[in-house]
Parts: sequence; C-alpha cells; structure tokens
Amino acid sequence: MSHTFYIAMSYAVSAIVILCLVAWTWLDGRARRQELAELEASGVRRRSAQAKDDAA
Amino acid sequence: MTDSLAISKFTDLANPTRFLALAARILPWMAAATVMLFAIGLYLSFTTEGDYQQGLTVRIMYVHVPAAWLSMMCYTVMAVSAIGTLVWRHPLADVSHKAAAPLGAAFTLIALATGSLWGRPMWGTWWVWDARLTSVFVLFLMYLGLIALNRAMDDPSRAARVSAVLILVGFVNIPIIKFSVDWWNTLHQPASVIRMGGPTIDQEFLWPLLIMAIAFTMLFFTLHTTAMRNEIWRRRVAAQRRMAARMAGREA
Repeated sequence: MSHTFYIAMSYAVSAIVILCLVAWTWLDGRARRQELAELEASGVRRRSAQAKDDAA
Repeated sequence: MTDSLAISKFTDLANPTRFLALAARILPWMAAATVMLFAIGLYLSFTTEGDYQQGLTVRIMYVHVPAAWLSMMCYTVMAVSAIGTLVWRHPLADVSHKAAAPLGAAFTLIALATGSLWGRPMWGTWWVWDARLTSVFVLFLMYLGLIALNRAMDDPSRAARVSAVLILVGFVNIPIIKFSVDWWNTLHQPASVIRMGGPTIDQEFLWPLLIMAIAFTMLFFTLHTTAMRNEIWRRRVAAQRRMAARMAGREA
C-alpha cells in the first residue's frame, strides 16, 4: 500500500474520533438542557431558586 | 472577618453556578480559537515538505504526537482534580475528572491508531510490545476502567472518591510512558521535541507540529469545559427529580 493510504487513514481515524467527541458533548448538552427546561416547566425548581422567589 | 471574606470569595469562584456562567461566556471563544488553530495547523501540515527518510508519512506525526501528548496531559488534569476531590472534597473537582476520562480515552485511541498506521510503513509492523507502546496501551485500559468504575456507582461523591484514589495510583504510569524510551530499548524513537538540550527536529516540521499541538490542547479544554457543564446539568436534573419525587411522596 502507498504512503498516501497510511496518511489518509491516520487523518480519517483522528477526524472520526474527534467528530464523535464533539457530537457526544453537543448532543449530551442539548438533552440535559431540554430535561432542565421540562422540569422547570413542570414547576420543579432548584432549592436556591425557590429561596430567592420566597424572599421576593 | 477578612478570612471569611477571602474564603467566601474562593468558594464563590469554584461554585458550579459560577462555573456555568463562565463556561457560557468563554465556550464560543474557545471553540472559535480551536477551529482557527486547526485551520492553520492543517494548512501547514499539508504544505510542508516530506522528510528525507520518511517521505510524506512524516505528516502522520502532526496528529500522532499531539494526541499522545494529550493522552498524558488529560491524565495529569485528572490527577490534579483527584487531589481536589480527596483534599478539598470539591464537587467541581469530581465533575472535572469524571468529564475528562472519556476524552482521555479518545485521544489515547487516536495516538494508538495513528502510531500503528505510522509503524506499518516505517517499521514494517503494526504493533510491537515494546515499553512505550505497551505503557500507552495500559493507559488506554486505565481510562476505560476509570470510566466503568465511575459509572458503576449511583452516589456521585462516593464514585468520585473511589475513582480519585485509583487515578492517583495510576499516575505512576505517566512518568513510565514519558521515560520508557530512555529506560528501555524500544522500537519507538526517543523524545525529539521536549528533551534536555532542545528539540532535534527540523524547523520545517517543528512549526506545524507546535500549532497542531496547541490546536489539540485547545480542543481538549473546549471539550472538557463542555463535558463538565453537561455533567453539572446532569446532576441538577437528578437532584431536581429526587426533590420532585419527595414532594410527590409527601403530598400522597
């Protein structure tokens, strides 16, 4: 096999692994943000947020 | 009075809410810097000349060396966080080493895969069990073990403490990896950039290598900050769900 094959494979493997990491962190963040929004919508809040509301 | 003020300022800085606000502000800049550094680094990587012996396969170095460097730096970040967990029992330190483990595993995988793809044309073999390759493979297994251990326990602070002890014990592998090429007779070459007496690598290859190393490091910190933010959110969701369940139980 030519040297180009090994170079292309190295960059391809690195790109795939890095893109998987980026996609994972991005999708995970989006899912967690959605869960927090759903909890907020159903009236469940953090204790610190509740304390502020009570004081107001 | 002054003491308590200083302590409260310090805890305020390391407060997860404060961290989330800081992450929201700096993440876009970090991501932009990463993209720009990669654009410059990749341009340089593909425009520099080939090595007189290795030909164009020297280009594999521009991804292999930064990934290998990150595989060790990530573990060092985890070890510092582990000290934060054990000494100060800080929840942000727990979050830091939990979020870093999958990133470390991924970069170690890149280092192993690209090393193998470089070894085949240059050494004539995909793999040998020499000290450098074996110690990096052990590092990869340690990352996988730490990911599994941390996720095997429901209580996050207990999982963090147990993981922190294992991280610190495993840190012994980092100097072994770094000096394996000096201590043993390995097929892998000895250090040519970070060594006593300065780099021995030609300027032609040093610049793209340095820029790619900075790009990879920036990528790591961007991903680590994002993963830490996600983990804080995950814990908040869990805490709020528990609270909702308790409230529902009280009402019933």
